[in-house]
Amino acid sequence: MSNQEALLEIKNLHTGFDIGGETHHAVKDVSFSVKPREVVCVVGESGCGKSVMSLSIMKLLPKHNGKIDKGEILFKGKDLVPLNDKEMNQIRGKDISMIFQEPMTALNPVLTIGFQMDEVLINHTNAKKEEIRQKSISLLKQVGISRAEQIVHEYPHQLSGGMRQRVMIAMAIACQPQLLIADEPTTALDVTVQAQILELITKIQDEVGMAVMLITHDLGVVAEMADRVVVMYAGQVVEESDVDRIFYDPKHPYTRALLSSIPRMEEEKEVLNTIKGIVPSLKNMPEVGCRFVDRCPEAMPECRKIDPLLGETEKGHSVRCLLYDASKPEKKSEVR
Amino acid sequence: MLLYTLRRILIMIPIMVMISVVVFALALAMPGDALSGQIDPANSDPEYIEEMRERLGLNDPVHVQYGRWMAGVVQWDFGRSFVHRMDVTEVIGQRLPNTILLSVLSLIITYILAFTMGRYAGRHPYTPGDYGIQGINYLMLAIPSFVAAIFAIFFFSFQLGWFPATGSVGSGVTAGTFEYYLSRLHHAALPALVLGGLTTASYTQFLRNDIIESSQKDYVRTARAKGTTENNIYNKHILRNSIIPIVTLFGFDIASIIGGAVIIETVFAYRGIGELLISSIDRRDSSVVVAVTLMLSVATLVGNLIADLVYGVVDPRIRVE
Repeated sequence: MSNQEALLEIKNLHTGFDIGGETHHAVKDVSFSVKPREVVCVVGESGCGKSVMSLSIMKLLPKHNGKIDKGEILFKGKDLVPLNDKEMNQIRGKDISMIFQEPMTALNPVLTIGFQMDEVLINHTNAKKEEIRQKSISLLKQVGISRAEQIVHEYPHQLSGGMRQRVMIAMAIACQPQLLIADEPTTALDVTVQAQILELITKIQDEVGMAVMLITHDLGVVAEMADRVVVMYAGQVVEESDVDRIFYDPKHPYTRALLSSIPRMEEEKEVLNTIKGIVPSLKNMPEVGCRFVDRCPEAMPECRKIDPLLGETEKGHSVRCLLYDASKPEKKSEVR
Repeated sequence: MLLYTLRRILIMIPIMVMISVVVFALALAMPGDALSGQIDPANSDPEYIEEMRERLGLNDPVHVQYGRWMAGVVQWDFGRSFVHRMDVTEVIGQRLPNTILLSVLSLIITYILAFTMGRYAGRHPYTPGDYGIQGINYLMLAIPSFVAAIFAIFFFSFQLGWFPATGSVGSGVTAGTFEYYLSRLHHAALPALVLGGLTTASYTQFLRNDIIESSQKDYVRTARAKGTTENNIYNKHILRNSIIPIVTLFGFDIASIIGGAVIIETVFAYRGIGELLISSIDRRDSSVVVAVTLMLSVATLVGNLIADLVYGVVDPRIRVE
């Protein structure tokens, strides 16, 4: 870790859901940090807790059953966990913004683009109506929508998926946030549009000077965008490092399996590599031991008995696997 | 939009013709006819009766009778009511203002109650308040309207004396004065309250369920992520979506504004269209029955058209270019 102060620091985050009276943790003991102007990619399969983790930061968990049980979410040194909705509303959309996976449903179908753009500025500034509308139009232009003056009077269904995601990005950057959380922003888009959106995020990140937490399961996106990578599995961080070391020196068997499942141009293969099995569901999570053990090619007997810890094998590279001394519980000194 | 409206109105013409055929056929199928009302009641000579039948055209083939009736209808002539001894248009014209007053009042009551309760229950689902509202609603839905009407008359008119029990206007007030209008409003209030209260349930439930469903939508999460307050989320983002299904009901409401409420009007002896329809059926006053039925059909068609047009206003996705 460099000594630069973290913008966002997540410490021992536990997020649980009440299912039939019992609490099941979708995020269990997640810790990592995001520095200013840094792009951190959070990768993992579907169901590994990436989205729940990001919703926890924004405190947008489903109200009736989701809650943060333990841990701290420090944003610029201030813990967000105890804040109520009113206090969070000062932060949401202003200091931390979020864009979502599904641009088709993320915009309100019966309100104009202009209304939805203006709203974020109305929420966080005291500017006059006309100024706000002008700002909305210039934001839409900034994200590459040339017909911005007309678009503000149109409704979401009149726009393509890529255009809607641009509108989402324009909304997210309206108040120049310090952190943008992008939850699989390109998954629902065409491949050509995906590249444009990623390019746009990079360009905007540069212009606004914000940090980006990009949640994805696309390692191609990771290679393209990331400064640092957090690999999650079954609600836990299993490996964290800078992007080069993740790709050239992956430590955790899960990370290696993920990497080997990327098809390569130079290889001629009939069948793609896959990781056998699925992420255990919340109800079937093993109580002790490594959560990846059932699918791990290098599983050892003790993997079922001992909870591996997230430990640093070398500076700036942490892993949660008993193959490495740093993860063994005896070596408590290295535990973060 | 204009073109669409015109096209819809044009499509209504063949439908209207078909409806008129059915309505006319039904009136013919009623036992008895207008004959006895239009001849000298003292003369029972079969020859005279047969002669009158022939003269009044009651012996003509059905299609000729229909043609004659239809020719009158398009000239706004619905024939004469033999019970009331005046033109049907005049009979209906006397009743229509009463019914419109009653229906509009009851609709206002329904909408105010439904919006208040539905919004509360939708925003606070599965709370004691929500269960209370649902309990009241299902109770009102379950009570037959004549029971509620009689109970309301007993309680509000006889016990408390707040409202007149029957009629549509007080006796001894001069038409056109302020007092006269006040008296009409006073007479319409209690039936409107019963009618409005009893029909609230479906509106409330529609609104409640749609608000609950909408509050789980992605766009609500987006609005929260922008720092929008809960009040704005519910009043702008969700309500704007949740009024869409209510518009369907609004189409039926338009028809009921003219159609009135048969049972309530009868119980309150309120001189409206509904009461007219029932009494006319009783007395085999077929020209009135046919005219009222036809009017209700037109009102339903127009109501549906208006509902469709309003749909376009509230839901931009189905706006017609």
